[in-house]
Amino acid sequence: MPVRIWRTPLDIEKVKRPKAEIHIIKNQCKGCGFCIHFCPKKVLEESEEINERGVHPPRVVDESKCVLCSFCTSVCPDFAIFVVEKQCKDGC
Amino acid sequence: MGEEKRVLTGTHFMNGDVACAEGAIAAGCKFFAGYPITPATEIAERMARRLVEVDGIYVQMEDELASMAAIIGASWAGAKSMTATSGPGFSLMQENIGLAVMTETPCVVVDIMRGAPSTGQPTEGAQQDVMQSKWGSHGDYETIALAPASVQEMFDLTIECFNMSETYRVPTFLLADGFTAHLWERVIIPPPEEIKTVERKKPTVPPDEYMPFKPDDDLVPPMASFGEGYHMHVTGLTHDERGYPKTVDPKTQHELVQRLCEKIRKNAGKIIRTHEFVLEDAEVAVIAYGIPSRASLSAVKGARESGIKAGLLRLVTVWPFPEKQVEELANRVKAIVVPEMNYGQIVREVERAAKETPVHFLAKLGGEPHKPSEIFEVIRRAAEA
Amino acid sequence: MTVIQEFAKHPLAKYLRLERFPHIWCEGCGDGIILNCFVKALDDLGINVDKFVVVSGIGCIGRVAGYIKCDSFHTTHGRPIALATGIKLANPKLTIAVISGDGDLFAIGGNHFIHAARRNVDMTVICSNNFNYGMTGGQFGPTTPLDSYTTTTPYGNIEHPFNLVHLAAAAGAVYVARWTALHVKRLTESIKKALQKKGFKFIEVISPCPEIYGRRNKLGKSIDIMKQYRQISQIRHGYDPAKAEITKEKIIVGEFIDIEKPTYGELLQKQFLKIQKKVMGG
Repeated sequence: MPVRIWRTPLDIEKVKRPKAEIHIIKNQCKGCGFCIHFCPKKVLEESEEINERGVHPPRVVDESKCVLCSFCTSVCPDFAIFVVEKQCKDGC
Repeated sequence: MGEEKRVLTGTHFMNGDVACAEGAIAAGCKFFAGYPITPATEIAERMARRLVEVDGIYVQMEDELASMAAIIGASWAGAKSMTATSGPGFSLMQENIGLAVMTETPCVVVDIMRGAPSTGQPTEGAQQDVMQSKWGSHGDYETIALAPASVQEMFDLTIECFNMSETYRVPTFLLADGFTAHLWERVIIPPPEEIKTVERKKPTVPPDEYMPFKPDDDLVPPMASFGEGYHMHVTGLTHDERGYPKTVDPKTQHELVQRLCEKIRKNAGKIIRTHEFVLEDAEVAVIAYGIPSRASLSAVKGARESGIKAGLLRLVTVWPFPEKQVEELANRVKAIVVPEMNYGQIVREVERAAKETPVHFLAKLGGEPHKPSEIFEVIRRAAEA
Repeated sequence: MTVIQEFAKHPLAKYLRLERFPHIWCEGCGDGIILNCFVKALDDLGINVDKFVVVSGIGCIGRVAGYIKCDSFHTTHGRPIALATGIKLANPKLTIAVISGDGDLFAIGGNHFIHAARRNVDMTVICSNNFNYGMTGGQFGPTTPLDSYTTTTPYGNIEHPFNLVHLAAAAGAVYVARWTALHVKRLTESIKKALQKKGFKFIEVISPCPEIYGRRNKLGKSIDIMKQYRQISQIRHGYDPAKAEITKEKIIVGEFIDIEKPTYGELLQKQFLKIQKKVMGG
């Protein structure tokens, strides 16, 4: 059953959900697929392109769905993907 | 506490092992890791008692492999470190001695030699590990080994070992026979200001410019310690000047092995120590080291009294071997006599350097040092031949 | 932009020797994940890297020492713990981590492991357990499961494997945990906890070796091995390590031991002060 919020939080105007900026170092990827498979929000998928190593690096499907859990950042054995908080001046 | 207890200035009556431990402490040794083994146990015992008085650390490791590894670690953390063992333990240490050579780690390994091979004669002295101190670990490398012949030298030469180790960034061996280690003699310990100690060269450049294995003109790189912000990587793999592994480049391997060997060979003139006794006009030269050199001295004196022109070349450093000196000596004398408490080790180096000059070898195994009369007999036969 | 330029933007780049990447590890190798979680832990804690030393042994995981930008020592096979003991005792201000493999720490290095644990020397030991000697082509080791195929057990392994967490606990380690390479968050937290604790800490990481052990034992691709970890691992904090086995159906993970005990260094210091007082006092 989906979670239902019964009322609007009082500080909803002030609190901003952080926006994610996903970086993929395509030629450092070895194509293990850990990030794609274990992302809780299914933000990534295998891309069509082939990198220098002959494998398909991941590609971002919908960056707005990312919740910055950073699981991909930690589970990548090759440091080929990392997510940082998007830095923007007036609202992202 | 600390500095005032470092040097026990005065005249003492002590045994070889204890003198060695005191020499180490006087040299600034702050870390000892060892394992009990006859006849070197007394060094560990003395260090366990005394190191604490000079803010040093004694740790008894679970075996000799761990002891050697620990002293390498301690050296990289900045401490002058030492271990002491005998033949069986020395064999166990060889792999890590190789690591110390490859990583150019200053450290001192005392080997009190006993009857060998294997468990052999734990309580009888011998000189059976001499070749092992040069060739024991796999690979090509050079080391420095000193052979004391008295309890005073157990003290003095241990300090020398530390100094040479720090100067040349190489494991240095004190090769004492089991007799010298357990002998009790008078030892004069001078005041601290009369004892020369050497500290390793430190880098003169900031961390981002420092290359831990880039040598100076003397072929020895300056050495930073862990924890000083230099972020060094040290490995036993063949490495470049930054210390990073570079195992498939022939040039890197050749240059590294060459430098590790030339570091000692090029500086041999400054490292080699020998003592000569009436060698100028000698016709028969005795070349000896350790306890047999004392009997040799008596034999040479006796020979002179019977009209034989004998002389003695005592090797204080066994490695590097004084090839040039022996070659030059061999050209002047009729014959050379080499007494050793083994079945023929340094005599091979002598034969190599002496070339055509006859070399008479006198083996003594089993636990009795050579008698002066035995050496005298060989001198006499060599002179008459 | 070159790979290094992109890599330099990685939040953990400052802990890594970027010029030495790409690293030597295979696709999907757990060693890369261990390195990743380890430097994340360093970053989260704000560790002073100048006073941090990593000591590693021989094996694929042994190469980790060459990738972290701090003082590091890549020792002979089996000896990182003994060497680390020397470093720590000679300079107690340094924080030491030993990162090595199952064979290096428990076969050839077994003796050093149990004694350092017994003495409670202050160091964190992380074991990458991939159930074989990967670097040399996949021979069996002290953690290889019964009946597994390796190059030196072509007919199946007939040796019982160690239960590493049981061994570590029995030897006296003050913190013992096991995670798989999939449990990245929990592993990072465990490493952080261990680095802040005093004494001998041990973390076993079940690590995929897809190219060698995995292939030879038909475990599928690296992603299949990781999925398997998710299927069969059970988190049981405080579980009795003696019973925390690894089987085809179950991998018990979690923090099993977390106790306090005086470290070797503390006891040494205490004794030192006692003797000093006695010697000064006369």
